[in-house]
Amino acid sequence: MDGMSAPVRENAVPPSRPLLSVEGVTLEYKAPGRVVRATQNVSFDVWEADRFILLGASGCGKSTLLKAVGGFIAPREGRILLDGRPVHGPGPDRVVVFQEFDQLPPWKTVRENVAFPVRASGRLSRKEAAERAEHYIEKVGLSRFAEAYPNTLSGGMKQRVAIARALAMEPRVLLMDEPFAALDALTRRKMQEELLALWEEVRFTLLFVTHSIEEALVVGNRIALLSPHPGRMRAEINSHEWDLKSGGSPQFQAAASRIHRLLFEEAGAADGASHE
Amino acid sequence: MSDILSPGLETMTRAIPPVRPEYERPLEPLAETKGEELLPIYQRLWQYAWLRKSLILICLALLWEIAAKLQGNELLLPSFTASMKALVEDISNGIIPSRAVSSLEVLIKGYAAGVVLAFVLTSLAVSTQVGRDLLSTLTSMLNPLPPIALLPLALLWFGLGQGSLVFVLIHSVLWPLALNMYTGFTGVPETLRMAGRNYGLRGLRYVLLILVPAALPSIIAGLKIGWAFAWRTLIAAELVFGASSGKGGLGWYIFQNRNELYTDRVFAGLIMVILFGLLVENVLFRQLEQRTVTKWGMTR
Repeated sequence: MDGMSAPVRENAVPPSRPLLSVEGVTLEYKAPGRVVRATQNVSFDVWEADRFILLGASGCGKSTLLKAVGGFIAPREGRILLDGRPVHGPGPDRVVVFQEFDQLPPWKTVRENVAFPVRASGRLSRKEAAERAEHYIEKVGLSRFAEAYPNTLSGGMKQRVAIARALAMEPRVLLMDEPFAALDALTRRKMQEELLALWEEVRFTLLFVTHSIEEALVVGNRIALLSPHPGRMRAEINSHEWDLKSGGSPQFQAAASRIHRLLFEEAGAADGASHE
Repeated sequence: MSDILSPGLETMTRAIPPVRPEYERPLEPLAETKGEELLPIYQRLWQYAWLRKSLILICLALLWEIAAKLQGNELLLPSFTASMKALVEDISNGIIPSRAVSSLEVLIKGYAAGVVLAFVLTSLAVSTQVGRDLLSTLTSMLNPLPPIALLPLALLWFGLGQGSLVFVLIHSVLWPLALNMYTGFTGVPETLRMAGRNYGLRGLRYVLLILVPAALPSIIAGLKIGWAFAWRTLIAAELVFGASSGKGGLGWYIFQNRNELYTDRVFAGLIMVILFGLLVENVLFRQLEQRTVTKWGMTR
């Protein structure tokens, strides 16, 4: 199912190197009066058509890491390579879908919101951009709302627009920063389903940040576990065998508790040791 | 109290919901929606803001008329009808329109220059630290300074005529607008900024395509304040020195007629100033808001 049976695209040859390499990245940001270390010496590789998950509790620097890949933050140490070239600044080859609903310019209709970045990044003519926007709006099932302004849409629909916008730019890697965290549980489940269906169809490369173990197992094919304060790599595990249907199975539960142990037990044990 | 707290009684008084039978059933078909019920006519009319406001205006005009009749001195307080007559007269013989046009011409020049300067100053302020410091220092220094206070200096530098009027107008527009624009720019959500940069937008394109529309509610508020300041300043400035420039504006019209004790014409001039202010505020800016920020749901 995964990867092997993908519709043949321009690179039928299996890739010889990872699409995105994060090599020993240490990230720091300035808080008033001090420098906070968000991640320390983090390395991972994302391959073409991966659904790569960064999973960890809050404070593990996963969102900061994603922003660094997006080019919004420069690493203090280490480097980030996309197609073998270091990343400098934000660009349309790495599009981010944020958690916040205000990522959509409210002065543009759904159609304009999806078409505008394609135009702005200067790769397509107006007509081609409009056609591509049409295509991806249809893919996320919002054709009926193409002329609506974002303020009239529900949260789930706004996130669909953001996903359509990101896909329309056909980035090398799609970055998602807890995109469904602000949605209600029913909508979140629906959006996960739709995202996976889109991946089946389009085979984009996804780097996905979440703090939900279930979401990580369901959405991802490989999960990187980060420990907090500062973010350090704890483990990388495979999760390609799980999908939305495997929710309640004992194996799924076992995988979930394994992740839970990896993320939390160490810290708990350390706390216990310090009390003794 | 102690009885309730004793264990035996506690279990007896604790409520337990009954277990009821479950059921599943097909969904009820959608009910026919009734057409909206019409409110009585007076309630519907009352919902129109312009109607309510016109009613207030009519009451004010009536009060004015009564006060003038009671006072009975045309030189001090001409009646509403006399003032309206003078207004209609001077509009139809072209005096007021030509004065209004001459005021407007100066106003537009000063306003446009002020807006452009405010834009440059705020763009500097959002992109560099020095620009930020410059803007905050200049606005805190010059914003409280009444434009009219600069008029003597302006007259000295630019002489009598449009030059000095435009100078004080720029002063009256620039600072409040720059302050509002800057507040608007800094209030643009971080995610929207990142999304804009993600598109690959940089420099002026980033400012024009992301920051300006995102800050539009504040920018329009600034434009409105700037407009009100400019209009007031202009009329006041014309009152001061319109005398020596060849053709004056509305302020000069008011001043001239007061000198000749045509008090009804003074009132006509004042009404014109008010009407013009209302027109710009309620038609021009209202339209601008409805077509942009209200439609986009950025303000209510």
